[in-house]
Amino acid sequence: MSVKLPIYMDNNATTRCDPRVVEAMLPYFTEKFGNAASRSHPFGWEAEEAVEEAREQVGRLIGATAKEIIFTSGATESNNLAIKGVASMYRKKGNHIITAVTEHKAVIDPCKRLERDGYQVTFLPVDRHGQVSPDQVAAAITDKTILVSIMAANNEIGTLQPIAGIGKACKERGVLFHCDAVQTVGKVPVDVEEMKIDLLSLSGHKIYGPKGVGALYVRRKDPRVRLDPLIDGGGHERGMRSGTLAVPLIVGLGAACDLCRREMTEESQRTMRLRERLRKAIMDQLDETYINGHPAERLPGNINLSFAYVEGEALMMGIKDVAVSSGSACTSASLEPSYVLRALGVGDELAHSSIRFGIGRFNTEEEVDFVADQVIKAVNHLRDMSPLYEMAKEGIDLKTVQWASH
Amino acid sequence: MAYSNKVLDHYTNPRNVGSFSQANPNVGTGLVGAPECGDVLKLQILVNPETGVIEDAKFKTFGCGSAIASSSLATEWIKGKTIDEAMAIKNTAIVEELALPPVKVHCSVLAEDAIKAAIRNYQEKQSTESEKREPAAVGA
Repeated sequence: MSVKLPIYMDNNATTRCDPRVVEAMLPYFTEKFGNAASRSHPFGWEAEEAVEEAREQVGRLIGATAKEIIFTSGATESNNLAIKGVASMYRKKGNHIITAVTEHKAVIDPCKRLERDGYQVTFLPVDRHGQVSPDQVAAAITDKTILVSIMAANNEIGTLQPIAGIGKACKERGVLFHCDAVQTVGKVPVDVEEMKIDLLSLSGHKIYGPKGVGALYVRRKDPRVRLDPLIDGGGHERGMRSGTLAVPLIVGLGAACDLCRREMTEESQRTMRLRERLRKAIMDQLDETYINGHPAERLPGNINLSFAYVEGEALMMGIKDVAVSSGSACTSASLEPSYVLRALGVGDELAHSSIRFGIGRFNTEEEVDFVADQVIKAVNHLRDMSPLYEMAKEGIDLKTVQWASH
Repeated sequence: MAYSNKVLDHYTNPRNVGSFSQANPNVGTGLVGAPECGDVLKLQILVNPETGVIEDAKFKTFGCGSAIASSSLATEWIKGKTIDEAMAIKNTAIVEELALPPVKVHCSVLAEDAIKAAIRNYQEKQSTESEKREPAAVGA
């Protein structure tokens, strides 16, 4: 068995740009370098044409029309624009926003800023699998609610949310629904009409496109959604996002969406098969290994596992030829374990023991087998020197031990 | 985060991993940290009651690579030292030896605490001559 090291298995963080995407982008750096807003010469027309084709490609992937796609610098900007833009535009209508505790920081932090500016924000709790129910959303809606923002799938634990149900609950109450679909688009079918989504954020670099570009879908009818822009200037993107369009990046995002649309069904089956192969190989060999997130309703390529009695960062050291990520405190700047895992009610000790594996387009079966083997070896190595494992094996209930927290 | 070669070496080839029986009156056990904080160090010493010299030391650690390396190094350093000499070991020396970054200094603090807790446990056992005690848990 020969695999090329290191192995990249952190595809929920970012993905390698597909060579076909790079190829599509290249001419727009050199020969076709025009400004898409230049109306007076062919350089501008050529660039505009390319941008409009990309807009079509992005729209088609999510069941939207091209006119409903606004290009941004990435999903963080898309989320900020959706949340702050709606909050500002609909301020007279109400000041209440609903979201969930496990959302990405690019949703939570804009909401917290709005809270400081006098808005009311409800952060819904999630169940042990990380899901929010449509009933929970419906129950939280008041006559002051202007926006619900729930992600389609969680970036850490991979849990899919019941988006269609949540969309329906919002529609019934006439509340706008924003969905951060960064992890989901291109992996699982997303349709803004079927799911009654009014605003949707997506990102280039999570779907084998370039970094630095994303999009926001903004519904144009039933209802027509209006936004106050964050960036004022030349009035690009229907006035919602000024700034010269990043034509090469936008072409790349379009090409990436087009590839996802064509290959998603087959690719997701393949990544799910690889994920299950990895999960099974590991869980067959190691006891006290737990899945974080929903066992079935999850992103095809994502599996998040906690290995009891083993600390996540130490485990990553043990599999140093494999790029993954951990919910352990030691890997974060804040020294706090993952807030997403905490929200599930997973104990902090299991949060410290978690590893996220993100399988993507370019991973192979050989890589999966290599990773499983490395993980099993490293966990056994670490358990051999874990006082907790030893105590558990002696029958000591770790919860009854008087620990001195520090 | 990049680890120093010394941390990597202790992680890959930890010294003195294991356990002594706590029933032995000449064994002192220090258990510090907490699972929810992501670090638990168990450090044990086997002391010659005649000479007061730590003849052997063992550890088990749940924690990051730096925590493992700090405890592994601590057992290496205290072996052959008297209790008084071991008491004098400072976490800053561990930080220096392993080139720990500021965010990992607490790992060295835990190792120092574990040494002190083990010695204290040994001394308590010696003075009370009790058969078997739970290890003292001491926080950072």
